[in-house]
Amino acid sequence: MNKEISISKKQKTILSLFTCLVFLALVYVGDMLTPPTSSWGMLFTVLEKGSIYALVAVSMNLLNGFTGLFSLGQAGFMLIGGYTYAIFSIPAASRDSVYQYFDGGLIKFSIPEIFSNALGGVLGELGYSLGEFIGMFVPMIMAGLITAGLAFLIGIPVLRLKSDYLAIATLGFAEILRAFFQWKALGPITNGSNILRSFSTYSSPLFPIIISGLCIGFIVLLINSSYGRAFKAIRDDEIAAEAMGVNLFKHKQWSFVISSFFAGIGGALLAMFSSSITTTPFTSNLTYEILLIVVIGGIGSVTGSILGSFLFVACSEWWLRGLDSGAFLGLSFGFMRPGFRKVVFAVVIMIIVLFYSKGIMGTREFSWEGFLTFLKNLPGRLINFFKAFPKRLADFFRTLPAKIAGLPARMKNSLKKLKTNTKHGKEAR
Amino acid sequence: MLEIRNLNVHYGGIHALRGINLEVDDGKIISLIGANGAGKSTTLKSVMGLVPKSAGSVVWNGRDITRLETKEIVKAGIALCPEGRKVFPDLTVAENLTIGAYLRKDKEEIKKDRDWVYELFPRMKEREWQLAGTLSGGEQQMLAVGRALMTKPKLLMLDEPSLGLAPLVIKDIFSIIRQIKEAGVNVLLIEQNAKAALEISDFAYVMETGTITMSGPGRELLSDDRVKKAYLGE
Repeated sequence: MNKEISISKKQKTILSLFTCLVFLALVYVGDMLTPPTSSWGMLFTVLEKGSIYALVAVSMNLLNGFTGLFSLGQAGFMLIGGYTYAIFSIPAASRDSVYQYFDGGLIKFSIPEIFSNALGGVLGELGYSLGEFIGMFVPMIMAGLITAGLAFLIGIPVLRLKSDYLAIATLGFAEILRAFFQWKALGPITNGSNILRSFSTYSSPLFPIIISGLCIGFIVLLINSSYGRAFKAIRDDEIAAEAMGVNLFKHKQWSFVISSFFAGIGGALLAMFSSSITTTPFTSNLTYEILLIVVIGGIGSVTGSILGSFLFVACSEWWLRGLDSGAFLGLSFGFMRPGFRKVVFAVVIMIIVLFYSKGIMGTREFSWEGFLTFLKNLPGRLINFFKAFPKRLADFFRTLPAKIAGLPARMKNSLKKLKTNTKHGKEAR
Repeated sequence: MLEIRNLNVHYGGIHALRGINLEVDDGKIISLIGANGAGKSTTLKSVMGLVPKSAGSVVWNGRDITRLETKEIVKAGIALCPEGRKVFPDLTVAENLTIGAYLRKDKEEIKKDRDWVYELFPRMKEREWQLAGTLSGGEQQMLAVGRALMTKPKLLMLDEPSLGLAPLVIKDIFSIIRQIKEAGVNVLLIEQNAKAALEISDFAYVMETGTITMSGPGRELLSDDRVKKAYLGE
């Protein structure tokens, strides 16, 4: 009984633009009106971090979901991006205190500061802040480019590997990078294992949202171009793609480099978000978090990665916090102490992987038609649900005794099934 | 015209092709028959540059293409429709065809070829927006042939187009192969279904363990005692 809705391309563009503007305006106004002490401040943290994670997740999805390259190097690339941004954005005056063990470091200038001084000299007060704002983009783009350049070099040997081997090699490279950045000999640049801080950062949550949005938009355009089609062809069948004249290595290299470019930008944004950077957060753990987001959202769906990011960040930073501090939804138990959140999270992940292995979106994408159709059918569905609810509840309780009685037999059965499945080496599904 | 001279291919220690000599004349359907593991698919793959050649040469219309990249070979007008169909299952039928024209820039001509493919396979037109993975085996084979035609080849190499298909569908595919030849595309056909292949081909080669053991016009081979015994089950 689903009624389909169809709208023209122009209407879709207008709707999309309108929604984006309303969303941005709401974030702006909300951020202005929310007092810093309010618990709703968490919402903006989630929006900021969620949008950064979304960018990195989409970039990973470009590689894993659209090109079929199972790479686990994302944390390493974010690390390079974050460090590149930080190193070039620490004001000259702060460098002595930041690089206190390395005589103020090797680099003595800050790119945002140069822009700030240049524009400030011309425009006065407004120019200083405008200059810093514009100047922030230069190290950010540098972060992307340097990451992409390094990915190009790593890609030459690594992309000749297939599936799991590629994953192991990229994971290894990411770990090597992390150790490399802590190396004392590089201290004058990376500050060794010490923290880099007091670099220029954004002030409004709109900044990471807009930057991530633009980058994701670019990736979507890429995926829908003929390049993107070639990526998908490689994912589906390498031999057939090559026989059609798609140069395998070149396209894999492009996908790897572009994905790393945006991971680098994501790293720079993450450095700004936490307004300091060390190598500690960029362990393989971060890569797994991103991979998790990609899987939860649906491998091969940009919409899924974005939804997954916000859900993941909201859960881990906000909604499930109570599990660690001892009070969750009015419940309080002795075992709710720091770390319990991770237990619950792990269980949720297991449930998702076991029962929703295709993730939230599968390979589908958001479309206005689908969304409006969903909205239109929602009241009907809800009414049907509630109409049928008493009956279903009654049914449930009526059949409950029989179900409980049959439970041992069912468990025995499923155990038997599991045994035969593993015996024949079949997948559990 | 494609000329393969003394082609040798090694897979590690295995000598898969031991000096193949083969010619594909213009305006002809040439077929290559033989048992499993004789090296038929390897021959096609090495012509496309998908597996490295250890010795020998491949000449296409007077041009030596032995050492060219696959991409350049496709550009030169040779297309391979790989064994087992290998359509891109998560792309739509239309997208699969577009990938076929990946190296071409001439939009008008691409559109013309797409219409031609839809004319050859009206079923593909009906299924334009369906994911290729949801097509039946025969439809996937048609799509694979159509995709190869989208490269605008002068030589189409088909690797086992009848593999795993129902007899009626095989008949369709073979009549379409004839139509493709009529349209001026040379065809090099690999088949285990020797009877069907020999019936439509102008010339045929028989392969055994990496060498060509026999050759002759299709009809002649069809009545050859040795071929009958080995491949036609008589």
